[in-house]
Amino acid sequence: MDVLKIATAGSVDDGKSTLIGRLLFETNSITTDKLEAIMASSKKKGLDYIDLSLLTDGLIAEREQGITIDVAHIYFSTPMRKFIIADTPGHFEYTRNMVTGASNANVSMILVDARNGVVEQTFRHFYISCLLRIPNVVVCVNKMDLVDYDQKSFEETKAAFMAFAEKVRFPGQEISFIPVSSLYGENLVRQSELMPWYQEAPLLSLLEAIPLEQHLSEEPSRFPVQYVVRPKSEEFHDYRAYAGKVASGLLRKGERVVVLPSGQETTIARIEKFGREIEAAQAKESVSVLLQDDVDISRGDMIVPLSQLPRQSRQLEATICWMDKKPLRAGSTYLLQHGVNVAKAKVSTLSNLIDVVTLDNNTQVSELKLNEIADVQLKTAKEFFYDAFADNRANGSFILIDEQTNSTVGVGLIR
Amino acid sequence: MATHNTAFPRELEDEAIYILREVAAQFEKPVLLFSGGKDSITLVRLAQKAFYPARIPFPLLHVDTGHNFEETIRFRDELVEELGLELIVRYVQDSIDQQKVVEETGKYASRNVLQTVTLLDAIEEFGFDACIGGARRDEEKARAKERIFSVRNDFGQWDAKKQRPELFDMLNGRISMGENVRVFPISNWTELDVWNYIREEQLAIPSIYYSHERETFERDGQILPYSNFMLVSDDEPVSTRMVRFRTVGDMTCTAAVESTAVAIEDIIAEILSATVSERGARIDDKRSEAAMEKRKQAGYF
Ligand SMILES: Nc1nc2c(ncn2[C@@H]2O[C@H](COP(=O)(O)OP(=O)(O)O)[C@@H](O)[C@H]2O)c(=O)[nH]1
Ligand SMILES: [Mg+2]
Repeated sequence: MDVLKIATAGSVDDGKSTLIGRLLFETNSITTDKLEAIMASSKKKGLDYIDLSLLTDGLIAEREQGITIDVAHIYFSTPMRKFIIADTPGHFEYTRNMVTGASNANVSMILVDARNGVVEQTFRHFYISCLLRIPNVVVCVNKMDLVDYDQKSFEETKAAFMAFAEKVRFPGQEISFIPVSSLYGENLVRQSELMPWYQEAPLLSLLEAIPLEQHLSEEPSRFPVQYVVRPKSEEFHDYRAYAGKVASGLLRKGERVVVLPSGQETTIARIEKFGREIEAAQAKESVSVLLQDDVDISRGDMIVPLSQLPRQSRQLEATICWMDKKPLRAGSTYLLQHGVNVAKAKVSTLSNLIDVVTLDNNTQVSELKLNEIADVQLKTAKEFFYDAFADNRANGSFILIDEQTNSTVGVGLIR
Repeated sequence: MATHNTAFPRELEDEAIYILREVAAQFEKPVLLFSGGKDSITLVRLAQKAFYPARIPFPLLHVDTGHNFEETIRFRDELVEELGLELIVRYVQDSIDQQKVVEETGKYASRNVLQTVTLLDAIEEFGFDACIGGARRDEEKARAKERIFSVRNDFGQWDAKKQRPELFDMLNGRISMGENVRVFPISNWTELDVWNYIREEQLAIPSIYYSHERETFERDGQILPYSNFMLVSDDEPVSTRMVRFRTVGDMTCTAAVESTAVAIEDIIAEILSATVSERGARIDDKRSEAAMEKRKQAGYF
């Protein structure tokens, strides 16, 4: 049973929450008590239809204002797979919540209002989807009912989107387009009869067919040590295992490995899951690793194959998306968390502030404000072991933490 | 609600174990909130797996409302005994006796809201900095908005509008003195995922999840368990029914469903055909449209 993670994107009112609500409704994923509750709220709001966006807009403030403020996670499944949808806000000021929802997604589902075509937020969200290297983008041209299900509107939106997309997409990224009406459920689960000019599969079938990332196991293996297991009991007196989640690649028993930062070489003696031995562990599996030799290892260290070393350095170059009201400035110090490894980091330079709509680059940057994206160079207090984000999503990203507020203030994608 | 069954997606277990290990690594004094229900039983199994062959490196905390199902308490004590766990129990009755909270009165009186005070007191008493809970995002619309590491201020309050960004799988557990973090390792599981996991792992669960004979009465279209803790009026006749419970809460706020389920497979089949959600049987959620968000703001988990 596999799990497909989808994040919605697109400007305010383009219909993200409604589309999810309708998808749940059409797949019989809404129980009667929940449906009755939103019917009652719709009525209370004076609507003459069921407002399915109320299914995901669960906060008091969201329901009052009729907008999405923070990510909601929604679950449903079909006989094919389990789906997790992150419904994200469309407002510019909540971009950081959109990034939160999108960071784990396999699919970015971008909605566009057929009447307005692509707008600034469409570009911004597509740009972020590319930055996060989300392998699949599905553009839903929504509210087709309001343009009389007209093919021309659809084609125009598609052309305008592609003109921009060609400039920012990365090789291998799949982009597909589908005309829908979320309000009436056209082309969501069943093929719409109102748009005979569109012969391809409806949205749900498209989502069921999206391949999951296979390349994770082909990447070099990276095993960040999360926790050292030392039972110190009678029975397991000398037991010492390194627990963690495989970040990428395949970890094999018998493989020659290096432990970073010490550089000591050893062999993987045993890989365990709850005491049961396994021959190999794949990306995203939580396991315990036992080594041949007595090596000094603590949390934050990394076990990697001798033949495929990551980059090791105290200097990082990255693209940063800023998420805090207090701007980032060159010279400031933060905590940098790369996976489970944390150290102080100082911003040495700030450059290339990008205008995600015109794609203009501003080389003279004095500060990075909330929701802005630019390049930085960082100096860290200790060595990190990483790969470029483009080659390895799991080992190529980090967060910055403000030591005063403890808040997560930025996300970095290593170049 | 689902319309067909599927195998348990193993990556959910890997994710939960990763989260539990982060808790053990990042916090000084974590605790696992244990209610005796299926979600917290699942958490205990995940914690066993995360640290095996070492012991679970944190205690369990049960906030006892005094209105529990007997079967749950018995089950709790057996599980703790069998696995050699450390259990802390704190009582809502004590908070009432200390006049920190006032017992509700009337037909709908429940101690569900009061337990927040007992919980916050226990957090302060032991200095817990992380409380692991079995809440799931699919349960309820306010819970759908939760982060995995959810920071609470020194009054235990949740501020939905100021949540930290949570990127990729990186969990930031840094807090100031007095704050604590609520951790939800099974955020991404559905009710069905939990049952499939319990089946695959062959976990024991309290008997009230299975069909049994019980004295019950009807109120507002729901079947409620009859107990000394509730005022039952003359026009609410008590009768014996074959029922089971989908969630384990207080006897005063957990409704039963009529059922003949005697095995996990039967329970799963029932859930697949159910048209009402799991929390549809929770009277505590029905107090108002935003009941859950308001309780979370006050420090509920
Ligand atoms: N006519 C029409 N209205 C729609 C459609 N999809 C959404 N809407 C309406 O557009 C408004 C915004 O929808 P919502 O889902 O909240 O948008 P979001 O901000 O992207 O989540 C609501 O009033 C919806 O009822 C559609 O396909 N057709
Ligand atoms: Mg919305």
